[in-house]
Amino acid sequence: MSDKVIRKDFSNAKSCLRGVGVTRYFHTGKITTKAVDHVDFDFHEGELVSIVGESGSGKTTLSKMLLGLLKETDGQIFFQGKPRDISSHAKLKEYWSGIQAIFQDPFSSFNTFNKIDTVLLDCINMRGGKNLPNEKKVDMMTEACSFVNLKYAELTNKYPFELSGGQMQRLMIARIFLLKPKILLADEPTSMIDACSRATILDMLLQLRDEVGMTVIFITHDIGLAYYISDSIYIMEHGKFVESGPADEVILNPKAPYTRRLISDVPKIHEPWDLSTV
Amino acid sequence: MKNTLRQVFHSSKFVVGFVIFVAILLTMFIYPLFNPGNPLEMIGVGTFARPGTYFSLYDAVKTPTETLRLANADDKRLGKQLSDEDRVAIVAWLSAVNVNVEGLDINDTEALLEQWRANYDPSVKPKGMTQAKRNYYKRLDAALKEVDAADTLIIADKNEEGQLEQQGTITKTDYVNVGQVANVKTLPLGTDNFGRDVLKELVSAAGTSIVIGLLAGLVATLIGLTLGLLSGYVGGICDDIIMFFTNIFTVIPGFVLLILISYSIGQEQRGAAVVALVIGLTSWTWTCRSVRSQVISLRNRDHVNLSKLSGHSLVRIILTDILPYIASYVVMAFILQVSSGILAEAQLSLLGLGPKTTEVPTLGLMMNWAMLYSAHTNGSWWAYFPVILTITLISFSLNLMNTGLDQVFNPTLRD
Amino acid sequence: MSKTMLEVNGLTTKYVTRFREDVYAVDHVSLKIEQGKSLGIAGESGCGKSTLALSLMGYYFPPLHYMSGDIIIDGRNISGMNPDDVRKNVLGTEIAYIPQAAMNALNPTRKIYKFIEDVVQAHNPKANKKDIYEMARHRFTELGLPLEALDKYAVELSGGMKQRVVIAISTILKPKVLIADEPSSALDVTSQKMVIKMLRDMMEKGFIQAMIFITHELPLLYNVTDDIMVMYAGQIVERGTAKQMVFDPVHPYSRGLMNSILVPEEGTRDVKLKAIPGTPPNLKKPPAGCRFAERCPYARPACTYNQMPILEFAPGRTYRCGLSVDELREIYRREDEAKGGPHDE
Repeated sequence: MSDKVIRKDFSNAKSCLRGVGVTRYFHTGKITTKAVDHVDFDFHEGELVSIVGESGSGKTTLSKMLLGLLKETDGQIFFQGKPRDISSHAKLKEYWSGIQAIFQDPFSSFNTFNKIDTVLLDCINMRGGKNLPNEKKVDMMTEACSFVNLKYAELTNKYPFELSGGQMQRLMIARIFLLKPKILLADEPTSMIDACSRATILDMLLQLRDEVGMTVIFITHDIGLAYYISDSIYIMEHGKFVESGPADEVILNPKAPYTRRLISDVPKIHEPWDLSTV
Repeated sequence: MKNTLRQVFHSSKFVVGFVIFVAILLTMFIYPLFNPGNPLEMIGVGTFARPGTYFSLYDAVKTPTETLRLANADDKRLGKQLSDEDRVAIVAWLSAVNVNVEGLDINDTEALLEQWRANYDPSVKPKGMTQAKRNYYKRLDAALKEVDAADTLIIADKNEEGQLEQQGTITKTDYVNVGQVANVKTLPLGTDNFGRDVLKELVSAAGTSIVIGLLAGLVATLIGLTLGLLSGYVGGICDDIIMFFTNIFTVIPGFVLLILISYSIGQEQRGAAVVALVIGLTSWTWTCRSVRSQVISLRNRDHVNLSKLSGHSLVRIILTDILPYIASYVVMAFILQVSSGILAEAQLSLLGLGPKTTEVPTLGLMMNWAMLYSAHTNGSWWAYFPVILTITLISFSLNLMNTGLDQVFNPTLRD
Repeated sequence: MSKTMLEVNGLTTKYVTRFREDVYAVDHVSLKIEQGKSLGIAGESGCGKSTLALSLMGYYFPPLHYMSGDIIIDGRNISGMNPDDVRKNVLGTEIAYIPQAAMNALNPTRKIYKFIEDVVQAHNPKANKKDIYEMARHRFTELGLPLEALDKYAVELSGGMKQRVVIAISTILKPKVLIADEPSSALDVTSQKMVIKMLRDMMEKGFIQAMIFITHELPLLYNVTDDIMVMYAGQIVERGTAKQMVFDPVHPYSRGLMNSILVPEEGTRDVKLKAIPGTPPNLKKPPAGCRFAERCPYARPACTYNQMPILEFAPGRTYRCGLSVDELREIYRREDEAKGGPHDE
């Protein structure tokens, strides 16, 4: 494997998840908050897309809508070319076999009362492997754990809280590896863990894309991180996408003023950081 | 789990509360083994016998006697006869005849009587003393002399002809061994107004009250938990409806509701279990409210979202992803509900709306009886004070356990 | 040579857990900051950076306990002073501390100028309220903060503004040393930039004379402080100027940290990130030898049992490692060459 991150051109790839005018309003009393305001997007198969936005930009609301955990006020989402239908629990279950998520906080992502085995077995059951022989299940779990550099033998009979944040997040990826959904939505998966473990997580996301062919939607506030990992980037401000395109284009040649400001406000290493602009 | 228990038993507050509560429970189970029988049996004739050891006078007379010579026996005997007023009067006489009474302790019977015998002279007329007063002193002296002099009691019985016949004599140095008396009864807390053994009654009442508390707590917690979980997790219209009823129950003062329901059920139907049920049915609201708020904050946690994404059903999510997280909280709420259930029973019974009075004693009923028969005005402290103490101890221990648990489970209170 | 503002010698502090176990979170830390300089402290979470910040104030409360060492601020030793003295005579005037969530410390029922009154009157009970208000206005003007903020409640200010206001309040008495523990981590990038600019201004205008800045964000540290110190498992593992530390780290752990930097600049995508395997050691039972040994790719057997002293290998540059600087540099050179290889094809 090369030390260089592989880059591809996705402009002609098949659409995996497409949204037209997706909107979500929140009403508290008489005040209406436009959390996500008529956004259009098109995520291609096998692409790693980043949605970059600061807190309050609506990226978490958008991710919940993409996952089907929150109903959109307006607009339509197309999953693999067809309009998404999540009107019943059975259909939702069907949809969820195609899209899964990793959340920001590994410490709250696990039910602390369930053992690690329960979490992984649950995934096998979900993919219809309930009646597989026990050895087969153990094999599958071992494979998933080794994909994320964990040893199943050391994890069995342990609880998630006995692991470090980085290990928990890796376990989360092992779960995804078992489920093999079409789309993985990663909501700030590295913001709560240390810089050193961050690289491992990012590497595994890239691996999922390259080896399993997963579409990865990466949600982050860290524009440097987004630049490193993504094929294309969507910049979000106040519920709207202000700029989108291939990563190199968006970061090295930003057009929207917000993108320019965002990039100029991030401290850098090789270029001077201009403090006089605030 | 093991670690949690270890933490819980590291909390000194919890341990103290737990020890008190377990001690009360153990007493409830062990005491009846040594003192079996119906706690409501009226063993006393008449009301409010003082705490103490009782033995039959009849048996005592028939019991073989031993002769013991005890120092001060006479003085103690006399001392029992002398009231405080008499003692004060003796000192007044002594000072009236110019005896130095400084340093004379009126409780020191021996010294007092010695001075009295040495200085009393019926012919002396102290200045300013009325004839009536001097007659009182004469009577007092005579009485003291009589006790002093009565060296032998004669026991006589009527024979076949109806004449008294001497059966035996009892001298001042005759003693009987209590162990040889056939019927001895120790009443550490005396008897109540109906002549029932207060201690026995108290132990039984504490048991009933705790059962009432547990039952009421269980009912309230179950209702509150179920409604709280539903309204918190499901939300929407379900939340609105449940909160509507919860608010109604919250707005009407619980105790008034309790009184009305208790009254309308009627005396005859009110067993201990019914009272417990009524208490439980009126006190679930705050459990419901607090469970709901806990659930709402849990509902948006990522592990719940993850569980949803795994396609789990609503019931399964509630049972495996929500309930375990609030379990510690629910246990604490339950403990408080038990404690307040016991208090509510006491309040209701004190008002005469408790369980019917013929079957079982409860702590509240004992208070009610003590109050009805004026135990508090006639100084029969043993009829109500131990009851108050027991209620306090139970509720204290429960609350202490709750505080201890709170410190373990609530990270913001940790030191 | 300019005056030493803060000198710390062998400072050791510990936490006592609920089960009466000792955790030495700061273990024999020594450092020196000169007047007008700033020092950044970097490291993973749990490495003791925040505990060091708390310990430097000299004001200890359970579960944190002072064990040994000296803290000398401008020639005055504050370690071992009694807590009341520290609060009256040291905090606020000699040393000030800004935690990450400082902005949440403002009581929402009081106006901003009231907090300034509190701070000033705590040290000078006779201070006139009018004078204090004037002084606050003056200081706010100098720092470029809006004067209206003084008469507002905390809830009326945005997060970034609150954080800047808190910094202004805590430095109103011109403390000699400012300790900022992740002061901008909870803010968005624009507010972060404003906070940093204000800290820089305060240094330039002499409201503070030395600063310790703690963060896990290395690009930020690189742009803010003169020197960077890397901590690992309660100990200092390396120190140098910001430039040296970012471009020429010597300790394997520092190198690992620097390799994890991601910035939106050309070149970021060309190099694959490398992670440091493993997790930091449990400080209840720290390893006998080098604390980094079990995660270190270059560790030798001796590293696991030999105590590592901290060594100065160039002026102002210290490191703590069993390998010599030359050995380490040679290893790094070869690694970089190997990595560069495929690029050239």
